[in-house]
Amino acid sequence: MVNVMDVREEEFIYPGTRMCSGCAMALIYRIALKALGPKTIVTVPASCLTVLHGMQGFCTTKVSVLHTPFATTGASASGIVASLEEKGLADEICVVAFAGDGGTADIGIQALSGAVERGTNFIYACYDNEAYMNTGVQRSGSTPLGAFTATTPGGKIRPKKNMPKILEAHGIPYVATANGSYPLDLYEKFQKAREIKGSRYIHILSACPPGWGYDPKDTIKLGKLANDTGFWPLYEVINGKLIVSKDSKKYLDPSKRKPIEDYFKAQKRFNNISQDDIEVYRRYIDDLWNDFKRRIESQ
Amino acid sequence: MTDSKKDYQKILASVQKPVKGEAGKTGTWSNLKPIIDLEKCIPAKSGKAACFSCWLYCPEAVVTRTIPPEIDFDYCKGCGICMEECPVNAITMEEVKTE
Amino acid sequence: MTQTENAEKEKNIKILTGNHAAAHAYMQARVGVISAYPITPQSPVVEKISEFIRDGKLKAKFLLVESEHSAAAACCAASATGSRVGTATSAHGLMLMYELLPWAAGTRLPIIINLATRACGAPWSIWDDHSDFIAARDVGWIQFMCEDNQEIYDTNFQAFKIAEDPRVYVPTIVAYDGYLLSHTLMPVQLENQEDIDAFLPPLNHHINLSDISQIKGVGSVTTPNIIKREEGTAPGYYEFRYALQKALENSIDVIKEVHDEYAEKFGRSYGNGLFKTYKTEDADTIIFAMGSVSAQTRTVIEKLRAEGLKIGLVTLRLFRPFPVKYLRDFFKGKKNIVVFDRAIGYGYEGVLCYELKAALYGLQDPPFIKGFIVGLGGRDVKGEHIIEGVHRALELSKKGEITYETEFLGLKLDELDFLD
Repeated sequence: MVNVMDVREEEFIYPGTRMCSGCAMALIYRIALKALGPKTIVTVPASCLTVLHGMQGFCTTKVSVLHTPFATTGASASGIVASLEEKGLADEICVVAFAGDGGTADIGIQALSGAVERGTNFIYACYDNEAYMNTGVQRSGSTPLGAFTATTPGGKIRPKKNMPKILEAHGIPYVATANGSYPLDLYEKFQKAREIKGSRYIHILSACPPGWGYDPKDTIKLGKLANDTGFWPLYEVINGKLIVSKDSKKYLDPSKRKPIEDYFKAQKRFNNISQDDIEVYRRYIDDLWNDFKRRIESQ
Repeated sequence: MTDSKKDYQKILASVQKPVKGEAGKTGTWSNLKPIIDLEKCIPAKSGKAACFSCWLYCPEAVVTRTIPPEIDFDYCKGCGICMEECPVNAITMEEVKTE
Repeated sequence: MTQTENAEKEKNIKILTGNHAAAHAYMQARVGVISAYPITPQSPVVEKISEFIRDGKLKAKFLLVESEHSAAAACCAASATGSRVGTATSAHGLMLMYELLPWAAGTRLPIIINLATRACGAPWSIWDDHSDFIAARDVGWIQFMCEDNQEIYDTNFQAFKIAEDPRVYVPTIVAYDGYLLSHTLMPVQLENQEDIDAFLPPLNHHINLSDISQIKGVGSVTTPNIIKREEGTAPGYYEFRYALQKALENSIDVIKEVHDEYAEKFGRSYGNGLFKTYKTEDADTIIFAMGSVSAQTRTVIEKLRAEGLKIGLVTLRLFRPFPVKYLRDFFKGKKNIVVFDRAIGYGYEGVLCYELKAALYGLQDPPFIKGFIVGLGGRDVKGEHIIEGVHRALELSKKGEITYETEFLGLKLDELDFLD
């Protein structure tokens, strides 16, 4: 397990970006770029991350970034990889697609699915703040059940789309979940992914102070609650084998999990969640972990 | 009104070069800044490289992984995460006048 | 030097369809990355390219993407990374690429699209007209329309050279009629690889992300205004789009230059590179058309001349940028122009027709211009339609009667049993 002194000291993002105070994505991207290193090309669709990279002539990162239209992240990464392969540079330079949940689960899903179906040699990282935050908090397929968004003011009536499972179904060598609140776990996963050939997918929960409704200082604590309640487990699926990550392992024991209400109480977007929806969550979390247990036993 | 055949050839795609403070001095976003109590801070007290939670959890990369850690107030947005995550409560958020 | 025999030149003539001529051109142009999605009638282009790659004749990366939208996006990315890039599509494929067309133009990527033209639905049609070609105008691409398979082959090399010229850096469409050219066999003179290499040197891209010693962000949010910092100044959106327009305007010189160089080297020319003329030296009535419509017209010029008409044909090759200056110079003093459009600007009139009218605005004693719509959705364009159109136009010209109601030639309304 990585400790704080193993993390590369050099920063790959210059301070003074436009990201909100306390933005988990800013931390996620900072840690990911440290793990990936300088020989990286990133491609980014329309998203908050676009804005992190700065306006017109001035950018904020020490790696090159190719901006691409909203639906095209997977295709853009495919194009970069193809060009590097044509030039014989594909082994040297790591191509990373970094998209939000909108550009991954909704408008971007086709290009992502196509790219991994072709076995494209790249890392696809989704930072999931669970709504179209950059355009004003509209719902996405990744918005969880019962959450307030600008287009689901009464709370979303459909559950969260399970992107890691969808990517698992594509049979790619590496699928992982991560969380901005666990930077060491995140760092290790990006390091691992960097060394694997083929399509690699990392789905990262990214707490959002204005979109979720909480004080920016609590970003790390809130993200941890998503794990402690069992709602957002940290795990990897490596060549089809499930490995629950160290920070989530103890939650295989349901008695160790915190009540899901603790997670909801900490954010304004769940202020009006119904008892029925809370019950759905309880069942979902139980089923999720029972499924993990069964899988681990049969592996 | 310029219409030189040459001028336009120097303007191609919107290409960026990296700079610090792309959004300006983001330290001006908040008057609250984290102040580290060096008597509580683990690396400061022990003189050894340890903890550095404030460095690890800072979304803005304004903390250095030095003994003691140093925070760049020109760009610190005052989010308070470092204060929350410090395991020994060595950090307090205080009003600091920034330019 | 035009199409004359050169005893020392080794003749390597292959009988090829238009699609295969395009595929051969991509192979010999040493395209590095091809990202395409099959669509009728373009599919044989990508199939042939797959064969070339399998046989080791083309060392390209071929991305068999899951849609044209992704094909275009992958092309943009591969080009920005520094590879020579090409793709091919038709109709709805181009419609699906549409989001990326201004993106490629704005990023000044020298991408080539070979377009086998096809009608856009609804209703579904796989047959030929120019509606897809004209739908792509005004987003900042150079657009060529070819008249035969040799021209497809030749224009592709010229297109790469023009698009990659530092005075240009603009993406380019090379179009040719679906089925009529895409699937029709014609003799095509193939050139030696060394000669092509000498004509078309390797790509020198202005972006080239693969060089990671130069950190760049490409395509970021660009505000209405200039940004000034101590590190330098950055143009606003307005300046970038100004530069694109100027590049297009000035590309006409480069297009002519490249055309003339190709003609000098390989012995084949296409008018002045912008448009071709046929029997126009003594003509006072000119037919204006492009692609298949022009090809059909050539067959009836003699018939019309035999009626005593001093009539000739101008075949437009370069649709964008529209060669205004050259067209004005040519049409000055002509009496009549009859335009045949295989596409219509719905709600207005035939696109070539209104664009030509606009180009000739302000000429002293302007020619009388009358346009007709022909051949939408693959309806046969027959010689008799051209003749009918010319007669009707001259009749109106005699009366000085300018009309804006579009006239479609070749309709079969009278054969519909449910109409009165």
